[in-house]
Order: sequence, then structure tokens, then C-alpha cells
Amino acid sequence: MIPAAFEYARASSVQEASELLGKFGEDAKVLAGGHSLIPLMRLRLAQPSALVDITNIKELSYITRENGKLRIGALTRHVEIHNSEEIKQSLPILAEVASEVGDNQVRNMGTIGGVIAHADSAGDYPTLCVMLDAEIVTNKRRHAAHAFFQDLFTTPLENDEIVCEVVFPVATGPHKYIKFRRRLFDWAIVGAAAQKTDQGWRIGLTNVGPTPVRAVAVEQALGQGASPTEAAEHASDGLNPSGDIRATPEYKKHLARVLTRRAIEQSQ
Amino acid sequence: MAISKMIGAKIHRREDPRLVSGGGRYMDDFKRPNTTYAAFIRSPYAHAKIRMIDPAEARQAPGVVAIFTAQDFEGVLTGPAPVAPAFVAEKHTVPDRPPLPRDEVVYQGQPVAVVIAESKAEAADAAALVHVDYEPLPAVMDLEKALDPSSPKAHTALPDNIAWDLVYNADADASFAEAEVTVKERILQQRLAPTPMETRSVMAEWSPHEGSMTLWLSNQGPHFIRLFVGGALGLPENRMRVISPDVGGGFGAKICPYPEDYVVPAAAKILKRPVKWTESRTESIQVTTHGRGQIFDVEVAGLKDGTLLGMKVTQYLDAGAYIGTFGAFQACACLLAGGGYKWKQIAARTIGVLTNKVSTDPYRGAGRPEATHLVERMVDIFAREIGMDPAAVRKKNFVQPGDFPYTQNFGLVMDSGDYERSLDKAMEIVGYEQLRKEQEEGRKQGRYLGIGLSTWIEICGFGPAAATAPATGGIGLVESAQVRVYPTGSVTVWTGTHSHGQGHETTFSQIVADTLGIPYDQIEIKHGDTGEGTAFGFGTYGSRSLAVGGMAIRMASQKVVDKAKKIAAHSFEAAEEDVVFEGGDFYVKGSPDNRRKIQEVAFEAYGAALPEGMEQGLEAVAYFDPPNFVWPFGAHICVVEVDPETGAVEMLKYVAVDDCGNVINPMIVEGQLHGGIAQGIAQALFEEVVYAEDGSLRTGTLLDYAIPTANEMPPLTLDSTVTPSPTNALGVKGIGEAGTIAASGAVINAIVDALSPLGVRHVDMPASPDRLWKQLQEHRTGLEGYHAVAVADTPEVDDAPRRGGPESELPGSLDEGEIGKTGGQAEPGSDGSPQEGPRHQEDYDQ
Repeated sequence: MIPAAFEYARASSVQEASELLGKFGEDAKVLAGGHSLIPLMRLRLAQPSALVDITNIKELSYITRENGKLRIGALTRHVEIHNSEEIKQSLPILAEVASEVGDNQVRNMGTIGGVIAHADSAGDYPTLCVMLDAEIVTNKRRHAAHAFFQDLFTTPLENDEIVCEVVFPVATGPHKYIKFRRRLFDWAIVGAAAQKTDQGWRIGLTNVGPTPVRAVAVEQALGQGASPTEAAEHASDGLNPSGDIRATPEYKKHLARVLTRRAIEQSQ
Repeated sequence: MAISKMIGAKIHRREDPRLVSGGGRYMDDFKRPNTTYAAFIRSPYAHAKIRMIDPAEARQAPGVVAIFTAQDFEGVLTGPAPVAPAFVAEKHTVPDRPPLPRDEVVYQGQPVAVVIAESKAEAADAAALVHVDYEPLPAVMDLEKALDPSSPKAHTALPDNIAWDLVYNADADASFAEAEVTVKERILQQRLAPTPMETRSVMAEWSPHEGSMTLWLSNQGPHFIRLFVGGALGLPENRMRVISPDVGGGFGAKICPYPEDYVVPAAAKILKRPVKWTESRTESIQVTTHGRGQIFDVEVAGLKDGTLLGMKVTQYLDAGAYIGTFGAFQACACLLAGGGYKWKQIAARTIGVLTNKVSTDPYRGAGRPEATHLVERMVDIFAREIGMDPAAVRKKNFVQPGDFPYTQNFGLVMDSGDYERSLDKAMEIVGYEQLRKEQEEGRKQGRYLGIGLSTWIEICGFGPAAATAPATGGIGLVESAQVRVYPTGSVTVWTGTHSHGQGHETTFSQIVADTLGIPYDQIEIKHGDTGEGTAFGFGTYGSRSLAVGGMAIRMASQKVVDKAKKIAAHSFEAAEEDVVFEGGDFYVKGSPDNRRKIQEVAFEAYGAALPEGMEQGLEAVAYFDPPNFVWPFGAHICVVEVDPETGAVEMLKYVAVDDCGNVINPMIVEGQLHGGIAQGIAQALFEEVVYAEDGSLRTGTLLDYAIPTANEMPPLTLDSTVTPSPTNALGVKGIGEAGTIAASGAVINAIVDALSPLGVRHVDMPASPDRLWKQLQEHRTGLEGYHAVAVADTPEVDDAPRRGGPESELPGSLDEGEIGKTGGQAEPGSDGSPQEGPRHQEDYDQ
């Protein structure tokens, strides 16, 4: 449980962090909350040559609403998202999701930017990003969420590119996120999110494939007047989840359908 | 302080302020000057030949002091690690367990070499540079396949994979001939990782001038470690000191000596520098002994009026690659398979199987949770089969209060009990009748409530020397204590038991305070250091510390009182028989106003005015050899609601009425039950060590090995009855394992009860949502099949096949063949279906 040796540098600005990453090269990693990276390093499953610690970059921690968009700095911690009055007003489903990430220690340390850059298919925020067409803003460019999550743990982020901000649309309609898990602090076995917007329902699924899934078929069925039960039958359309120790692929697909129906029915 | 005031008092644990405020002394708090750190190189394979170990590159790494393999310990370590014969008389194949293997690894994680470096980090880095060339061999992972003579062997040099094969009672045929109903099931006990909060750790310091070793380690029985490890190092007891400080949980996994416990002191002796090693969490899950790992094939015969007649049980015990030091103890599940019920006959057989996995060894309950789970499941299955309430079947068959002492089917004598009373009380608290109505109503609305009973019994308090000495290889598991009253009246007590969370400092002080009449806060309890106090201690496991160790303390305290009484009589110039001892005061009968406190007498005991011929001092040593085991019992009721759509289980209520005889400290009893029930629930719903077919561990972190937290616990309602034990003067039994013994049966019975309208008759542990969903799916498929054939007048609906996918595939019943003698072939189930567990339809006599 001792990580391999690595270089360490603490950046005080995004510019400096980017330069340090460039200097350290391909095997360098950004350290934010550390709650995914450090366990992997302790198991030596990740052996970065260097860590660039960005937690001192205070200007990356903020929550603001501008022009109908909710802008969240990458270093904003889960607990801050959960407690934010702005988020409760502008995108309450996000505050709910934040309240169910990990345990207290994880929520006090972990950051939204870290979750997004890590791109674990069991992460909750990526589902909301894809479902709501969020934008992921880096020091170099803006990514549409659906193009950002390319594969398991795989994003288009370049070596010296740092996630700086996530931009969500405001959505205040009925919503629900159901995170199905065995223990309160576990990752989702499967998660289902439903958000009613002015343009109709948005449905997202967590951990049913290598990337987050927007269940377009369900959205369309609902748009055409299908009942939640009928529409949710489409939640597993096209899914090909991998099995793991907690769930077989069949069970995950089943949960996708059941949880989608419940998320729609329980949205408020 | 008056006698009988402290015993039974619900007082806070005196050790807690220290432990919860950073004052504990765990292994990480122990450092010696000039210490080096060890990291072990472990086999990635479950089974392989070691072709070559090349440490050249690692030797060049910064900070490396030494790299050792098996050869380097020649002349320093001798002999294999011990295997206690335990309760299995006949051993078939017992592989030697060397601290480090020379040419063959037999489980994943087995250490093959050790790096010693100046720091932990340097040791870890260098360990990654030791190159080991392995030739992988087929891994024996499946119990049933392992018994096939054509199976690969877990050890290439051994003739078979049968660790033992023993029949306790062969015959139950008469009861089955008499039966109106028989039921049959295969009950699985998954492997569990004990997962103590403090992982194992060992530090050794060799003193070349004295020729003595000091060993610090996180362990439940330091005296046994001294015996085993000192023996391997060639050191007599007085040259080997073992210190087991505060221990952050053991649960049975910190009894046996491990390879690291031999290698670390041996390295310290070679290097003449202290060496320390601390297990990582992944190592803990991988190579600390596992619990359970058993399959039971059980048949029960009875009458339609609810009378239980006979049982046939066969235990297949996954011993792992080596027989754990006390691994065979778990065969006691056979001896207790009858639970608290009367049976005409029980036939039992245990088969230990060698596999390429880490050894199994005792884990909280060790054999008794398995026994309780199987009998409580079978009684429920039987009750459902005859259409009787499971509570009524239990009451009809309980051993009755007037029957004690009751000699059960295997000759063990149950000391006392009132099983029906605890069940009645639990049913009243939970509101059983009302719950049954709610269950009925709920089902109409598609809600699946379940009520599960577990009326558990336990054998504990190990144990009588006559019974246990043969089982350990000669050491009777009695207990010793030394009680010393100092001249000014403070008291030190040394006990041979060990506290790793049980609160001995509190409980034992309560006993001494009452026996000596000396204030509780004047009493100090010492344990865990072989350099102090008793000559040999027997450690803590099997809920023995109070019923055996507490009694030794009481006896030694009583000896002190007896001597003080003689001194007091001398001072009073009275006959000893005329002196009364009461609440710490001595007085002569008829003159209660003229009192001498025991502290005054203690001072005199070190003076010059002693009775003629009496030696100075006020201290005593006692050994207590219990005349019998003790038999706690109780009734647990769990209420669940199962979501049939997802398989999720919600525990709504949990009521436990337990009886451990007289209670010294009710708060500690409750604490033990909270923890024990949590561990039983953990087995029922959450935990399972999972290996891939190639022998790789798939649950190597706490992300995958799912220990529950407080969040997952149901609200607990605890109550008790008190049926004193006639076995000891305190009237006490044990409670450390009770919760774990009882809980899994209560939870699983509740789940099966909930899902019974959907045709579910049994579920395996852990009853995780995916497993329950899969089972319900299979049943739905099964029902469709039933409807199709029902037209053809098939008499009875079958249960769904219990297992589906390849991962959960399990062997069929073993034929009652002569496995031990012939290495006979395992047969598939009677339905001839090799890919499923036993089918039930033809197993039922109507």
C-alpha cells in the first residue's frame, strides 16, 4: 500500500500547472481531491512519474449562474455542490447527486473536475453531464460532454490540458437520480437519472457501459406519450454493459429499465 | 464496595477513553532504534513451480539491507508450522507448511522471499525488483472437482486433495425409515475475510548477548505464538518474549502463527537488527486466514405433526492449501448440527479438502455459525414443507428446561437452557402475530415482507482439559490468573487470556472488585505479555475469556481472600471459621462493629505479625479447568422487505433475545451483540471472498470485498433472559460470538420467508441483489415450465434451479462413497444434472 516513487509539484495557477505537466511529460497526473488517484497509486495500479497538485488554485473553486447557465469551477468539492443554494435553485438534481457521492471524507475532499477528468463509468456527474449536454471547459478548449467521455477512463484531454470548469444548463423541473448500490458509500451498480426540461425529458444512465449513457430512446418514447413503464423498457436498448463482481450484464440492463421507470415516476 | 455490586453493573468500558483518544498502543506505535522494514514477495499464481528467484537487481536498490529466500533460514528456522489435530481424529493428508516454500507455491499471495530495507518505502520499491520465474500449474479451486481422483493436486507431491474424511455418527436410517416427510438442501458457507481494523503486524528484536528474542505482534494468544515460533527458532520460553499490545480486532484470524511471524524474527536474528513488517489491507484480504468456506449437504426426516426425527449432514470444508492451525476445529459444525432440538439420530461426516487458496481457520463463531445456519434453515424448510409455522416447529422440538443437563446426539452435555422462553420473548417484542397479518396484507399489495427466526445455541468456553488437550496436541485449554494485592491495597491481575476489543480490563476488574471487596479503580488487569504474569496463557477465542479466564481470576482472588482471612483471624485472635468476610471487611461473628478492611490486612501481610509459619505477601495463582463447556442460547428475529423487482433487501427490524447466563457487564454484552450481529448480517448479505477460476483473488480491496458499515445496519432491539450456567461458580457463559452465530440464519430465513410466495425455498449467501434477482428470474422461468407440464398432471411444482451462470456453479451432491479410503469419485446430484445443485422435487416424500 505504498505508492511507487513520484515527483511532486504544487501549482498556484492553471498556467503554471499546465507548464509543469508539459515539463513532467506524459506520465504526469493532476492531483485534485485525490480520492480516485491515490488509492490506485497505493495499489500501484497507477504509477505516475509526477503529480501536479492543483488544490491551491483557488480560482478554480466557484459556483455561479450566468445567462441561464450554471458554471462550476473544477475544484469545487462535492460537499460544496451539495450545500450550494445556487445549485439547489438552478440544478437541484446535481446537489442531490453530490450528496450521494462516496462518504463524508470523499465528499469533503473530492472535486467535480476530478470526477470528470477521471471518467470512471461508475461516476455520477458524468451521467448528468452527458444527459444535460454540459460543456467541459479546459485551459485549452471547450468539450461537449458527449464527446468528452470517449471510453472507460478515456477522454480527449491532452497531457497539459486541465479541466477548469463545467457548464450545465439550468434545469429546475421534476427530477430524480436513483443510485442503486449495496452500501451507502458504494459506487453505483447502476444509476438512473431523469430530468424534465422545457424540451421534454432527459434520461441518463450510470455504469451500464464504458461511458455514461443518455437514454435517447426512452426520451423519445416519453415525448411520444408513452407511459413511464412503456418508455423505460427502452432504457436498455443498445446497451452492452460488462459484468462485474456485483452484477451480470443482464442484471445491469434489467436495473437500467427498472430504475429508469422509477426515476421518471419519482421525479418531483 | 459491597460484593455483588460490581458484577452485573452496566458501567462504561474503562479502556475506551484511552482507545478512542489516541492513547492505545497498537503495532504502529511500537518502534525500536535502528529498525529495518520487511516487504514480502508473493506469488501471483495460485499454484506454480518456483524455477528461480533472482534478487540481483533488487539488491542494488537504495536502502536494501538483505533479501532472503527459504535457503537463507536454514539452521535458523526448523520444522513446519503447527497443525493442531483439533476435533478431527483422522488426518488423511497433511501438507507441511514451511514459512517460505522452496520450490512450489500453493496459493496466490504465498510469500517466496522477503526484502529487508531501511524504510518501508524502500522495501516496497525493492520488492518490485525481485524477479521470480514461475512455472504455472493447474490450480485446484473447486471442492467437488478436487475430490475427483483425476483432479490436479493442490500439492504436486501429495497423493490426493483430501485433508481428512471422518464419520462421527454413521447412522440415521431408522429415523428416515420412520419419517413421513423428508427435506433436503445444500447449504453453502462462502469464504469470508476476517478484516480486522488493524491488520497483522510483527516486529522482532534479537538480543545477541542474552540470546533472547522479543517479538511484538498483533495476536490473540501470545503464549501460543511463543510456543510455536520460539520452538521453530530453537528458543526456550525464557529466551522468547512475545508482546501482543492493544490489538485492533482478531475475530479468530490472529490465533495461528503465520509465515511472516517466523520469517521476521529469523531475519532479525540473522541481521542483529530489529525488523518490522505490517500487512497491507490487500495482503490482509489475500493471505490472512479466511473463515467458513464450506458446503453442507443436509437431509432432515420428520413427521407431519412437526416432530423432527433425524438428520444426515455431510460437511465439505475448504481447508485451503494448508490445514490451518486450528482449521479442523470448524468440523465442530457437524457436532452441533442438531442445534437446540431433540433428534433421534444425526449422521454426520466431515471431509476436509485441500485447494489452492489461503487456509481457512477459525473466524468468529468457527463452526457454530455454520451449524446454526444449517439447522435453522432446515427447520424452516421442514416447517414450510409440512405447512406449519416455523415458530411452532421449533417449540415442538426444543430441548426443554427440565431436560438439562442434556446429552445430545454426539455425547456433548448441554449445561442449561430455556429455549422456548427466549423465543417467546423475542416473538412478543417483535410482534410476531401482528407481523404475520401485515405480511399477509402486504402480499396482496405486492409487498414482500419476511420474518426470519434463528433460535441459536452455542458451545463455548473452551474448555475442559480432558476434552481439549487431545485436540490441540497436548495443551489443555484451561486458564490461569495471578492476583497480587500490594501492601497499600492496590491490585494487579495477570490473565492468560487476551483482550483484543472484548473489554477485559473492565469485566475482570468488576469480578475482582466484588471478590476482594477492593474498589474497582484500585484494580489493574494485565495481559498480552509473556514476560509478565502467568506461565502460560491460552488466549482469547471461542467465547472463553470470561467463563474460563474470568473463573481463574475469581479463583485466584478467592485464594487471596482465604489467606487474608487467616491473617485477619490471627489479628482478631479468633478462630478462622469465626471470621466473616463481607464487602471487603473482616470481622468476628457477633462483633460486626470491629472490622478490619482487606487493605489493612494486605499491609499486615507484608509485615511481621503473621500467623506462625505463614509466608509474607498477598497473592495467588490459580488454574481453572472447567468441568464442561458452556452453552449460551437465544432467539433472533429479523424482519425484511424484499424488492422483487431488484432483489434489494431492506432490514426493517432486528430483535435479539440472548441468554449468556449471569451477566458481569450488560453494556459489554450489548456491544458484543452489536458487533456480532453486524458480522452475521455481513455474511448473510454482503461479504464473500471471490476467486477467479485460475486462483486469482477478485476481492482484493474493500471496494470489492463488501464489509457493511453502520449505514447498512438495521435498528437492533436487544433483550435477554438469564439462565445461569451450572458449569462455573460465576454462572456465566460466553457472548463474543453469539451475534454472528445467530444472525445469518435469521436474515436468510426472513428473505426466504419473504419470497416464498414466488416459489423461493432457499437462498445462498451473500443474498446480494443480483443473486436474488437471478434466482427470481430462474424461478419465473421454472414456473412457466411448470405451467406447461402441469397439464400433464405433474404432482408438485419444483423449486427453481438454484444456480445459473458459470460463476455460481456448484457441485452436485457427493455420493456417500468412500472418499477417504478410496479417493472415490464424486457423483453429481441425484437428478443427474451436473451443472446445478440438487433438485428438490424428487427429494421430497409426500
